[in-house]
Amino acid sequence: MLSLNHYLALSALLFCIGIFGVLTRRNAIGILMSIELLFNAVNINFVAFAKFINPQAIVGQIFVIFVITIAAAEAAVGLAIIILIYRQHKGVEVDRVNIMKW
Amino acid sequence: MLPYSWLIPFFPLLSFVLIIFFTIKKPKLSSLVSIGAVSLSFIFSCIVLITVLNNPVTSEFKIDWLNLPGFKVEAGMLIDPLTSVMLVIVSMVSLLVQIYSVGYMAGDPRFSRYFSFLSLFTFSMLGLVLANNFFEIFIFWELVGLTSYLLIGFWFEKKSASDAGKKAFITTRTGDLAFLVGIFLLTTTVGTLNFQEAFHQVEAGAISPALLTLSAILIFGGAVGKSAQFPLHVWLPDAMEGPTPVSALIHAATMVAAGVYLVARLMTIYALSVPASLVVAMIGAFTAFLAASIALVQNDIKRVLAYSTISQLGYMIMVLGCAGYTAGTFHLMTHASFKALLFLGAGSVIHAMHTNDIWEMGGLYPKMKITAITFIIGSLSLAGIFPLSGFWSKDEILLVALHKSPIFMVVGVGVAFMTAFYMFRLCFVTFFGKPRDQHKFEHAHESPKVMTIPLIILAFLSIVAGWVGIPWLHKGYSSFVYFHEVHHLEPNFILMGFATLVALAGIWLAYLMYYKRSISTERLKQRFSFIYRVLYNKYYLDELYNAIIIRPLYKLTDFLFKKFDLGVIDWLVNAVGDFTVFLSWLKERFDTLIVDGAVNGLGYVIRGSGAGIRKVQTGQLQNYAFIIFFGIVLIIILKIF
Amino acid sequence: MEDGIQTLVFYILSGLIVGSGFMVVSLKNIFHSALFLVLCLFSVAGIYILLSAEFVAAVQVLVYVGAITVLLIFAIMLTAQLYSPSLRQSNEQVIPGIIIVGVLLVVTLLALSRTSWRISTQGIEGESTVSIGKALLTTYVLPFEVVSLVLIAALIGAVIIARKE
Repeated sequence: MLSLNHYLALSALLFCIGIFGVLTRRNAIGILMSIELLFNAVNINFVAFAKFINPQAIVGQIFVIFVITIAAAEAAVGLAIIILIYRQHKGVEVDRVNIMKW
Repeated sequence: MLPYSWLIPFFPLLSFVLIIFFTIKKPKLSSLVSIGAVSLSFIFSCIVLITVLNNPVTSEFKIDWLNLPGFKVEAGMLIDPLTSVMLVIVSMVSLLVQIYSVGYMAGDPRFSRYFSFLSLFTFSMLGLVLANNFFEIFIFWELVGLTSYLLIGFWFEKKSASDAGKKAFITTRTGDLAFLVGIFLLTTTVGTLNFQEAFHQVEAGAISPALLTLSAILIFGGAVGKSAQFPLHVWLPDAMEGPTPVSALIHAATMVAAGVYLVARLMTIYALSVPASLVVAMIGAFTAFLAASIALVQNDIKRVLAYSTISQLGYMIMVLGCAGYTAGTFHLMTHASFKALLFLGAGSVIHAMHTNDIWEMGGLYPKMKITAITFIIGSLSLAGIFPLSGFWSKDEILLVALHKSPIFMVVGVGVAFMTAFYMFRLCFVTFFGKPRDQHKFEHAHESPKVMTIPLIILAFLSIVAGWVGIPWLHKGYSSFVYFHEVHHLEPNFILMGFATLVALAGIWLAYLMYYKRSISTERLKQRFSFIYRVLYNKYYLDELYNAIIIRPLYKLTDFLFKKFDLGVIDWLVNAVGDFTVFLSWLKERFDTLIVDGAVNGLGYVIRGSGAGIRKVQTGQLQNYAFIIFFGIVLIIILKIF
Repeated sequence: MEDGIQTLVFYILSGLIVGSGFMVVSLKNIFHSALFLVLCLFSVAGIYILLSAEFVAAVQVLVYVGAITVLLIFAIMLTAQLYSPSLRQSNEQVIPGIIIVGVLLVVTLLALSRTSWRISTQGIEGESTVSIGKALLTTYVLPFEVVSLVLIAALIGAVIIARKE
């Protein structure tokens, strides 16, 4: 019998994978993709809650629509910045974007 | 008047202080101060003498100085006929010597100091004579020793002079040690330091005969030292290194007489102890003979006089040992006048000829009439020729000696012969005959008045001073200065005549050998060469003392110095120094390493930690993300659990 | 029977999600990562359908997969570099990352299991699409309009940022 906990566990796992990717990837675009994973994990959470806790209100699903929209906007802007970085440094490794003295 | 007798030594003391502190740079003024003080002392001494003559009792004035349970020290004066006579002798001779010194020491760079020392000496001697207890007399005794050291070694730039001063001081000090032990023995047994009280105790039998004899002999040790008796006589001939007026004052008339005075003052003790008196008399007799024999062959004019002094002192000691209180002190008085005269006369000759050696002199009579005549008068008196003073005092001595034992008289006569001989040997060689050193002879001249007038005064005294002791006088010396009761010994004309003959024989022998040259001195020297050498070298006593006492002592002190002073004490001092250096090295290390280290270290630590902590700001995006995330996880955990 | 199939499908989809998600974060070749991301997103859409959120699933596929991943792939192409073996994709924070992520996972699961959710017994009425449409245009009309503004601003901003001078 599928319960809420299953979905929440899945979402937690996906979230952790996403965090791992954010902390670990050197490529900026890699980091962005990991962030997408984070969003998705959160979305699964919302939808699961929408179904199990308060199906009448259906707020969860609405919120997911918004999240997806914002994710799109954010991806667009983020990538635009990455393009700029690429133009500056001829590479998109985040540890290269560093003007500290050492 | 008598209670003010303390002024008599006080004036010279005052003079000493004044000269040292105020007039040391003004020679003329210093001599005036000194002579003035001594004159005052002399006048007062005469007044005292006249007072005591009118009322011959013993007076004592004292104040308590230190009063502890079981130990009482007082400061006081004891005035009896003996004291009054001594006061006059000492002050008069001091006065004449000081006047003479103005001429003799003229031009000396330390003129003022000389007079200050003379004043100090006079103070010490006068105080000694006035003392009424053992403590006080010992203090003045030592002061006399000190001042004589200062005066003998006055020309200390000359090694022989400073050595002589040291020798005098050390030798008399040895005697003083015995003196001190004797005082301790006696005073702790009778329980008092005061003379009068001690005498009462001793007469009452408070001390055992053995202990009394022992302490008497020990005390006599002091006299042996100060009066240059055998075996402590060795310092007196060397003491001739001092200026001649000093020799006159100290060694003719005063300091050496201190020993004689001591025995006379303590006659109660010696009278009660037969063995002690015997020791005294024997030492006196032996010394008299020994010294006279040495004087026969000496070539230094002052040495002859020095040995003569020793010999005459031996006379006095011997007769005191024979209970001749009156005779001994009488001779002390007469001897003071003619011996001082002889020394001052010798000084005059030395001053003129710039030499002490009689064999460089000769034929001085025409050039130095006053000196020569007074010297001859002194010699006649010393030889004991009628009617000069020496005759009377020597006669007394021989009389008392005979009374005690014929042996002493024989010794006395033998000494008289030798005395006459060596004195006139001196006279003939110095003043008559042909001059031996032409160069020196040219420069010789009579001494200035300031030197000759004291000679004349003393010559006068050498003639008449003895007349107070003429035996037929009813109220003469022997009625004034006596012990327990007046002795009137019947004059022994045979003795008188015999003694005079002996003296004349001595003079005649000298005349033959040194004036007429009919007996050859050279041949005598060769025939008796062994005796001559022994006599000339003073029986090798100095060499003996040197070998037995001085050398081992030097070795010991040297050893101690090397082992202890250098080894232990220096090592200790150096070790302390090294240790201090070590401590400061430690401190330096500590300072550098720890203190500086701490201060620098603090800087390093801060810089290092700053540099380290700075690395947190990596500039790496993901590092920051990690840390933020880490914080979030932490908060979650905290919140949930 | 239905439950069994649902459960099976759930586990298959979960496996796909986790697997492809893991590939996304660890592959060296970023293009491959992007492809796996696509797979992941598709699987998530599948999960939505399981959760009776058909409209959301459709939006997911359309927007996420269709637009965002395309955008990502474009960006990858535009920022292509020479691929050399020395180029690491993961930086030095791997081990600490694993640890901390592991901790978070454990903590979250613990928290999950301890919480008693108020499970509603009702099911979803009718089709979700209708409900969503209704809600969007009545209760949540303001956020709806604002979010469209945000989209416009972001897109215009992105264009301006990335413009070549």
